[in-house]
Amino acid sequence: MIGLSHYLIVSALIFSIGLVGVLRRRNLLMLFFATEVMLNAVNIAFAAISHYYNDLTGQMFAFFIIAIAASEVAVGLGILIVLYKKHGTLDLDDLASMRG
Amino acid sequence: MYELVAFYLFSVLTIGLFLVTVMSKNVLYAMTSLAAGMVLISGFFFILGADFLGVVQLVAYVGAIMALYSFAMMFFDATRDIKEKNTNSALVFLLGGLSAVVLVMMFAAPIHSEAIQALYPMHEGVGNAQDVGIVLFTKYLVPFEVAALMLLVAMIAGIILAGKKMDQSLTEDMSADDEILTQKDAK
Repeated sequence: MIGLSHYLIVSALIFSIGLVGVLRRRNLLMLFFATEVMLNAVNIAFAAISHYYNDLTGQMFAFFIIAIAASEVAVGLGILIVLYKKHGTLDLDDLASMRG
Repeated sequence: MYELVAFYLFSVLTIGLFLVTVMSKNVLYAMTSLAAGMVLISGFFFILGADFLGVVQLVAYVGAIMALYSFAMMFFDATRDIKEKNTNSALVFLLGGLSAVVLVMMFAAPIHSEAIQALYPMHEGVGNAQDVGIVLFTKYLVPFEVAALMLLVAMIAGIILAGKKMDQSLTEDMSADDEILTQKDAK
């Protein structure tokens, strides 16, 4: 039978995939994708804990995480479009203007 | 039995699709696999009995956020492969693997679960959406309204940031635009 640990381990693996993406990616749009992966991993963990402890609090937190993700995407994509208009690229190495 | 099969199927597929998202060089492949992975994650929620959360995941994530990404991708050149200078890839995978091991060990550690009591317990014989609605509109009413205000602020910010100079073309090579202009002139 599937226990809480199974879900938590899957969630931890998906979170680590997102973390590797955040560390590895140099393109800003791809960094946003990796962030979404991490947020989804946390949502799985919340829903699993909510189910196995018969408590609705986890699902509530997952709802608010989805709301935060939606507003993050709206503002972030606006900033990406402004950056692309200004620099013509989304690569972090090209966008770095300060040399140190 | 079905739960077991569904759990392992969803986990393997989700992890594979998210690996494609993180590793792919093409924005289009990464975005498509991310959308598919999010659909499969809503499957996890349905297995766990969080029906309303699963529907919200489908509507908000797959319906709204991925549509927003695909609209934003039209501004950028999506068909071109991304050239990234990946320095120290081995270090990144070492750090990621180490954090995976640490997280799995943390989550697999035994906890004193008898001491945990449900703050807002689910009720037998009541649908999940009904249960969620009662808790959301009584105990979490203030965070709910604050989230609504935050979404309004984010919407205005998105419109103002992206809406400036929308008449100008974003892509650098003007050949495609010239084609459209000549078509317009022909008419």
